[in-house]
Amino acid sequence: MEAPYDRLLEVKELSTAFRQGTRETLAVDRVSFDIKKGETVALVGESGSGKSVTALSVLKLLPYPSARHPSGSIRFKNQELLTLPEAEIRRVRGDDITIIFQEPMTSLNPLHTIEKQIGEILLLHRGLTGLPARARTIELLRQVGIPDPEVRLKSYPHQLSGGQRQRVMIAMALANEPDLLIADEPTTALDVTVQAQILNLLKELQTRLGMAMLFITHDLGIVRKLADTVCVMKEGKIVEHGPVERVFTAPRHPYTRALLAAEPKPDPAPACPTAPVVIETKDLKVWFPIKRGVMRRAVGYIKAVDGVSIAVHQGETLGVVGESGSGKTTLGLAILRLISSDGPVVFLGSTIAGLTFRKMRPFRRHMQIVFQDPYGSLSPRMSVSDIIEEGLWVHHPKLTRSEREQRVIGALRDVGLDPDTRFRYPHEFSGGQRQRIAVARAIVLEPTFVVLDEPTSALDMLIQAQIVDLLRALQKRHNLTYLFISHDLRVVAALACRLLVMRHGKVVEEGAADEVFARPKSPYTRALLAAAFNLEAAPEGVVAQ
Amino acid sequence: MDERTTITVPETTAQTPMGLGVPPERHRLALSPLNRRRWLSFKANRRGYWAFWLFMALFVVSLFAEFIANDKPFYVRYDGKSFFPVFVTYPETAFGGEFETAADYRDPYLQKLIAENGGYMLWPPIRYSYNTHNLDLPTPAPSKPTWLLTEAECKAVVQQKGLSGCRDLEYNWLGTDDQGRDVAARLIYGFRLSVLFGLALTIVSSIIGVAAGAVQGYFGGWTDLLFQRFIEIWTSIPSLYLLLIISSVLVPGFFVLLGILLLFSWVSLVGLVRAEFLRGRNFEYIQAARALGVSNRTIMFRHLLPNAMVATMTFLPFILSSSVMTLTALDFLGFGLPPGSPSLGEMLSQGKANIQAPWLGISGFLTVATMLSLLIFIGEAVRDAFDPRKTFG
Repeated sequence: MEAPYDRLLEVKELSTAFRQGTRETLAVDRVSFDIKKGETVALVGESGSGKSVTALSVLKLLPYPSARHPSGSIRFKNQELLTLPEAEIRRVRGDDITIIFQEPMTSLNPLHTIEKQIGEILLLHRGLTGLPARARTIELLRQVGIPDPEVRLKSYPHQLSGGQRQRVMIAMALANEPDLLIADEPTTALDVTVQAQILNLLKELQTRLGMAMLFITHDLGIVRKLADTVCVMKEGKIVEHGPVERVFTAPRHPYTRALLAAEPKPDPAPACPTAPVVIETKDLKVWFPIKRGVMRRAVGYIKAVDGVSIAVHQGETLGVVGESGSGKTTLGLAILRLISSDGPVVFLGSTIAGLTFRKMRPFRRHMQIVFQDPYGSLSPRMSVSDIIEEGLWVHHPKLTRSEREQRVIGALRDVGLDPDTRFRYPHEFSGGQRQRIAVARAIVLEPTFVVLDEPTSALDMLIQAQIVDLLRALQKRHNLTYLFISHDLRVVAALACRLLVMRHGKVVEEGAADEVFARPKSPYTRALLAAAFNLEAAPEGVVAQ
Repeated sequence: MDERTTITVPETTAQTPMGLGVPPERHRLALSPLNRRRWLSFKANRRGYWAFWLFMALFVVSLFAEFIANDKPFYVRYDGKSFFPVFVTYPETAFGGEFETAADYRDPYLQKLIAENGGYMLWPPIRYSYNTHNLDLPTPAPSKPTWLLTEAECKAVVQQKGLSGCRDLEYNWLGTDDQGRDVAARLIYGFRLSVLFGLALTIVSSIIGVAAGAVQGYFGGWTDLLFQRFIEIWTSIPSLYLLLIISSVLVPGFFVLLGILLLFSWVSLVGLVRAEFLRGRNFEYIQAARALGVSNRTIMFRHLLPNAMVATMTFLPFILSSSVMTLTALDFLGFGLPPGSPSLGEMLSQGKANIQAPWLGISGFLTVATMLSLLIFIGEAVRDAFDPRKTFG
């Protein structure tokens, strides 16, 4: 029998270290917190702060023996988990404590049907098979809000959307009515509207089933909405710990204060300058053919961008907002003529649609792009200085060595990096610093027009704010024109003066930013805004599941 | 500016959560952290590591084959003057002989001339080259290793030369082949020739293969489609038979053989490099380079090739060993290097023809087996070294 307990989970002085070669890194440093029955505790922090490692330590899911715990204890229902043998801990996992991971694309096995994956857990912990297992599976799917669960049983993960996959993951986690659910950034990989739905679902299930929840996130909005208690983590330590209300209204630690200040707020949108048009498209189309049969005939098209007309004025920022798959990135690439498209594109009075790669080259100097992923957009084999001066070699081949160096130094100063670091390689820099390098690569050519393709999405909240500030300062200093693509309305709100809402390749709504924010016309924009600013799910039918 | 800009919170890094954001700069010559990790990983595979050093030692030694096994001394002192017969061909008259022909230093007559003049010769450890015929064989060729001879067998030669016994004969450590040539000398030269041929073939076919794969992968579409079909047809030709036919028409030599083998060996890397380029051309930094207006050729060389090189490097040792194997096979069948060349395949085929002389087959087999095993071991270690998922634990 279990001894009576007052706290469901007690973590005391927990440390986790990883050994790599001869070096040992301390990822979690003497962390203590506890979770009561039915309570939601949020672990907040940047990437690398050790919050996921803490959660995985609870279930002992780390790569032992290269990971080890120099100190600490984890007591679940008065039972010490750290010293529990592997066979015993397996019984706890998936039964008493379950976990949902961030990436629904990879946490489901693509070769098994939904029924089989949920059934496996029921079999392992409950010994259920056959009809009872199926009945329970259908019940679970209904609980997590999957429509037509009987039909969905035979579906494979690729037949479900991202949100539905995450719902299936939740169903798997709930299968055995756990006492504690660990949610490791369960909504980070999802669109805002879907994120709101999933959060609502979790909240609702928690109240209904009386579970406790350990919620890991970097998004303070979610914490405020969902959690009772919050632990702020930084560099492996919990720097602040307390009830959500108190932490948000009266933060004690300077780091928490900085985090709260960095949270994007719907600032008044900057005014749009009246200036000549820099770039203009009319009825721009990017259709990808679907080819079938031996002769590869086009039987249909995926209309990634379907008749979009935009005009961006000198010195302004046009925000392009939409969910994944709405065609916003494709639009950016098409404007820069990095993929082929139909319809005129006019840049500073000259039509650039249909120009060859060679004829495009003189224009490239004036139009640049910054990509989303600072880890993927810098070649790992080139030094920072090589990366930045690559464009100079193409467009200013006559520069002398020292002139080129001066420009590189100037660009690095512009983006707030120490010019002395220019001989290092990208992997030696953090995500935010890398994004600065990517910006430096774009502005070293002194462009007129820059496409910013989700430049902050892969970054932590604090760094996001810094990058947004940098972009705003650069715009002012060099009179840059931005096309800012993002799914995060809060970031767009900070920068854009005009807004373009896209869905399924078409423009749903367009107008001045403050106008759109204040009085959204289309229901889709309303749903987006509600999800982004209040984490509210839209009424059924407006957005996809 | 708003309040956000005043916040100075250091950015953390995922790589070194507890350390500095930017590590100190390293020296120009020092290995990059990635390469250092690879080198450690290579070293961690003990078998491959030792195979590498053993192979390098054997290869470097065999490069100096002329100083190890030669029928010319590397230094002659005669009449107060110095001669270097390994580098320069001297006529017999230089040493007081009668004819203008090249001096044969193994000839007792010449040896006597030099000795009588107070001169001396410094010989390599083995006094035979790969094509020296031992004229004083005690038994009919192929002749046993000298240390296996019985006194009865060498009696004739011993008496003719006025020596005291078998022990005083000039040694053929591994015996001779059916033309009375020293097996040990032929093995040393044969090893060198095989490795050099293999290296040349590997390098040239890698260059062609990488270039072809790069073009296919980068441009994709029709280029890729047509090229792939061509390669499929090309690889379905039974190459060994075609090689036999071609080499019976052309006069085989080192470079002719290289060309013939190249016809088929270049395809081995194409698929791999093509896949790397196909994957790589959609990387964001490739897109970024395109947005900068960098030309296709530069993108391929500067951004994509280094990615493909990892896969290529992993395969190189295996391509090298298969090149050596193909050459040996052709030699064995008699369609390889011209007669008289020191070739391992020819040694094996002599071993097969002279089953009563096991030293031929055994030495040939051991040499080929050692060489190929070493190369495979090295290949495995290289594969480990370039494996990004390998961890130390």
